[in-house]
Amino acid sequence: MRAGGVMYDLFIAPFVEFAFMRRALAGALALSLSGAPLGLFLILRRMSMSGDAIAHAILPGAALGYLVAGLSLPAMTIGGLATGFAVAMLSGVVARWTTLREDASLAAFYLVSLALGVVIVSLRGSNVDLLHVLFGNVLGLDDPTLMLLAAIATATLAGLAALYRALVIETLDPVFMATTAGRGAFAQLAFLALLVLNLIAGFHALGTLMAVGLMMLPAAAARLWTERLDAALALSAALALAASYVGLVASFRLGLPSGPAIVLSAGALYFVSLVFGRAGGLVRFASRRRHLEA
Amino acid sequence: MTRPIDLYDVTLGYDGHPAVHHLSGAFAPGSLTAICGPNGAGKSTLLKGVAGALKPVGGRIDLHGLTARDIAYLPQAADIDRAFPIDLYDMVALGGVQKQGLFGRISACAAVGRAIEAVGLSGFERRQIGALSGGQTQRMLFARLMVQDASVILLDEPFAAVDARTTGDLLAIIAGWRAEGRTVLAVLHDFALVRAHFPQTLLIAREKIAWGPTSQALSDENLALARRMSEAFDEAAAECERAA
Repeated sequence: MRAGGVMYDLFIAPFVEFAFMRRALAGALALSLSGAPLGLFLILRRMSMSGDAIAHAILPGAALGYLVAGLSLPAMTIGGLATGFAVAMLSGVVARWTTLREDASLAAFYLVSLALGVVIVSLRGSNVDLLHVLFGNVLGLDDPTLMLLAAIATATLAGLAALYRALVIETLDPVFMATTAGRGAFAQLAFLALLVLNLIAGFHALGTLMAVGLMMLPAAAARLWTERLDAALALSAALALAASYVGLVASFRLGLPSGPAIVLSAGALYFVSLVFGRAGGLVRFASRRRHLEA
Repeated sequence: MTRPIDLYDVTLGYDGHPAVHHLSGAFAPGSLTAICGPNGAGKSTLLKGVAGALKPVGGRIDLHGLTARDIAYLPQAADIDRAFPIDLYDMVALGGVQKQGLFGRISACAAVGRAIEAVGLSGFERRQIGALSGGQTQRMLFARLMVQDASVILLDEPFAAVDARTTGDLLAIIAGWRAEGRTVLAVLHDFALVRAHFPQTLLIAREKIAWGPTSQALSDENLALARRMSEAFDEAAAECERAA
């Protein structure tokens, strides 16, 4: 029973005793359920860089909202949506119609967005507000923000379910998509829309710099454990939730900033998977010296 | 639903340069036609045009009411992401999208199993597509074509990276399609294979050289002409003055 008591104190008590911890966990649950599966598709579509660039593109818009209305949920959300969508569209346009490869233009967008956002926030705000915008405030989620995160997660799961076949085919075999079902461009657009929405959710909880972390790291980790897409999708959400939980506890017990603690936990899961993952980890390759007869 | 595919003075190309121009003729319903010609002759481009993946710059392709649902297209060196986590069975089952679309129920389980058996891949159903050899991949794509169940089948160099035995097996499948009354167009380079298995041939070199029974289309004079035509490619070509 003593060990049980310690475990309770360590892992359960903070959430029983403090409402802000419960809210943080609820927010993280919403983010994990929708963001991580989306992140898996980002990885499969080789769009990790786009995710990063769009996450940063949200900053100047949210900062403009902040400039107008302070730390207001609607203003920062609308601003972030506007610039997020703009960069999502623009990066596609630039890749198609200029000679730059997509990764170069994404890096450019990313840098300019970050610099612009920081400058705009600094025009009015304090360093505390700047930290809030960059690293989020998962321990300070109020009711409207939680509702927004839950709504985005619900919409994303419904959207992913509807888009699932289209996304799989479009990623796997775009020519087949174009010549049988068509609508490849629509699937791509809808996917980008879901991506921007989830990065907005991530922005409110984890901030500009960390939003992609809870999306990409659990997804990359999950991919290292299974070669089944459905299993990987479920696993990515589970790993994201586990990382959130551990991160929140660590943040509470050790006084670490919560967003980075969550992303660090996800990072730890990723590195463990990288070494031990059954479907592509390092150990698996190292241990396959002997091959089968047939 | 077997209908002819009529080409009326069709010109297809990219950025104003025609890949193939002023092509007229008809693929009869249920016909098995090889499309031959030197590299750069416009063979793949023509197939893309019939598949609806490329709009003609000039002229008209009349499918007589056939739609995208009736046409299955296997591109050259299909641009498949082989790292994608999907197994052979699911990949073949995706052929069901041809008729059912993105939201319809794909319940063609029997058809999927039959197709996998027909291409000789029984036992490989749960193998990841990234773990298949080149020949197995091509067999898998043929199985997907079978599930697509289209009345027109377009194949772009289907035997390009495939050994003799696999080629033989796939040719047998093509013969089966012909027996079922499907129209098959295949871009091919191996004249011996074409002469042995394809009754009709369209020989092009950026325009039609010959179209008809294979023995006549692939005559020595026609082949020599095709070679000369393809060497006459001119980067700074003037606008084509031929009446459209």
